[in-house]
Amino acid sequence: MSTLTSIILRTAVRWISPLLLLFSVFLLLRGHHEPGGGFSGGLIAATGFALLTFGYSVRTAQRVLRIEPLSLTACGLVLALLSGLPSLLTGQPFLTGLWIDISLPGNVVLELGTPLLFDVGVYLAVIGATLTMLFEFAEE
Amino acid sequence: MGWTLFLPLLIPLSTGIVLFGLRRRRRLVHTLAITASTLLLASAALLLFVVQRDGIQVVALGTWPAPYGIVLVADLLSASLLLVCVLVSWATVIYATTWIDPGRERAGFYSLVFILLLGVNGAFLTGDLFNLYVWFEVTLMASFVLLVLGVERGEVEGGIKYVSLNLIASAFFLSATGILYGLAGTLNLADLSQVLPSIDSHLVNLVAVLFGIAFGIKAGLFPLFFWLPASYHTPPVPVSALFAGLLTKVGVYALIRVFTLLFRQDPDWTHGILLACSALTMLTGVLGALVQQDIRRILSFHIVSQIGYMVFGLALLTPLGLASSVFYLIHHIVVKTNLFLIGGLVERVGRSSSLDRLGGIFRARAWLGIVFLIPAFSLAGIPPLSGFIAKLLVVRAGLDAGAYLATAVAVAVGLLTLMSMLKIWNEAFWKDPPTSGVLGDPNIPIRLVVPVLVLAAVTLLLGLLAEPLLDLSTQAAEQVLDADAYRAAVFGLHSSLENLTGGGVP
Repeated sequence: MSTLTSIILRTAVRWISPLLLLFSVFLLLRGHHEPGGGFSGGLIAATGFALLTFGYSVRTAQRVLRIEPLSLTACGLVLALLSGLPSLLTGQPFLTGLWIDISLPGNVVLELGTPLLFDVGVYLAVIGATLTMLFEFAEE
Repeated sequence: MGWTLFLPLLIPLSTGIVLFGLRRRRRLVHTLAITASTLLLASAALLLFVVQRDGIQVVALGTWPAPYGIVLVADLLSASLLLVCVLVSWATVIYATTWIDPGRERAGFYSLVFILLLGVNGAFLTGDLFNLYVWFEVTLMASFVLLVLGVERGEVEGGIKYVSLNLIASAFFLSATGILYGLAGTLNLADLSQVLPSIDSHLVNLVAVLFGIAFGIKAGLFPLFFWLPASYHTPPVPVSALFAGLLTKVGVYALIRVFTLLFRQDPDWTHGILLACSALTMLTGVLGALVQQDIRRILSFHIVSQIGYMVFGLALLTPLGLASSVFYLIHHIVVKTNLFLIGGLVERVGRSSSLDRLGGIFRARAWLGIVFLIPAFSLAGIPPLSGFIAKLLVVRAGLDAGAYLATAVAVAVGLLTLMSMLKIWNEAFWKDPPTSGVLGDPNIPIRLVVPVLVLAAVTLLLGLLAEPLLDLSTQAAEQVLDADAYRAAVFGLHSSLENLTGGGVP
């Protein structure tokens, strides 16, 4: 990696990366009804780590991520796969969405369903795949 | 509901993920990979059984009905191709457990094999063009990694040719899909087949050519085949064998699907091009094979040549022609994979893949010579093996349809194929070894022998008891040509879905 990282970039990255991660979760949750979703959320989250890589080093980004990106992809695929299975128990085709509504205080209804799980799977898989490529290139 | 239809997707996907997690524990991975491919084989056989008993099977994923959601469709063509592909990958997985080095295994070799199978099975089962594109990409990614896995820097040339040509094919495929969506407003195959006749036939022909180029590259059709002989001899033998059996055949399957279901308005134009291409494919492939001196390169050129025969039947667009295509596909997948696997054994015994440095293998391993002759003669079309019946069907279909020139090419190419198989036989098995006593590796492990023997037995059976397969191909051909039945199956689901609970949609 380049050794000429500017202090401006480093300082900016400290603030922007966490914000990007937060924004990516927002996109992920918003995605069911409005623009957003697991894919774009995952890309935004990966951008957060990419900035860390450029501002600091690959090592820093890997340490912050904690787990190997390829394992993250595998976890994501498992989640996406699992989200398709509950519908089989009710006798409906694979991937049929199942929902439960949870009433929270203050007239808020939380809709949780298997499509959300699928989206989280996509989110993790996208982060993992993007970062695998990024780290591989950055190490060269 | 519809379990049989997504088991062939569920098994490879979950196996791929699990094997990736366990990739450092070799012995466990071997056991799991063999078990999973056996289960996959059983599920594919079950699917074919169900399709044969109850007709075309359809499932709407996520309960979203046909033109809007994604459907999985299995008819006789896709189910029987699925079964053969899974059979050869079963054999290849067993072979690979002894062949592949620990380094590649730790990098996730088996995981990739199952992801490749996921892509192939998905391509056979989907009833939606965009979905077909996605499955092609899954296959392409997995196959590219398999091709360059464990390869040193500088040795990736074949892989780069492979991936760049296939990316061009994907670009064609994607643009054609985009244009088609703009024209027809749908990408569901059944829906498209309903809408297309009402669209300007010039535009449809244009799109047909784009699809022809995309799938032609994937299938290795003349003049777009050159990536294939450039890349197939580079990876380890099981990978070559798997690619030889599966990849180009998915391209042929896609050609058959779109050129029977969608682009049938102007057969003189579209299928005329296909006919010319198929004759030239047969000829150039076999001529290329004749000048090669490396076993796997010879076999790669033969893949190209044989693709011509499969597309020939499609180009005729007659029931007999398509039946010959289906029969040829099934016969060829088994034979070709087996020839690559046997080529690997020859390399192991003779310590080289070049015919100049091989020799005397028949004296060292007589059984290997005999096992080689079964698929080799079958490929060349010697009775009573499966290739003879396949070629006979092709020739009869060609004569019936009045395509005399192309039929003559097919017959001549059969003779040239025999010549080239005899060349391998003479050079590798029969002539005296170039230097005395270099035959290595005295005992061949049982896991390398069993797959080869099983596939050879299948070839023999398909030739000696050809009747059931002939019936199957004839029925499959009739089903493929009957677009109304396909539509009825896909949209029949539509009405029955409305009775289901609408619990899926929030």
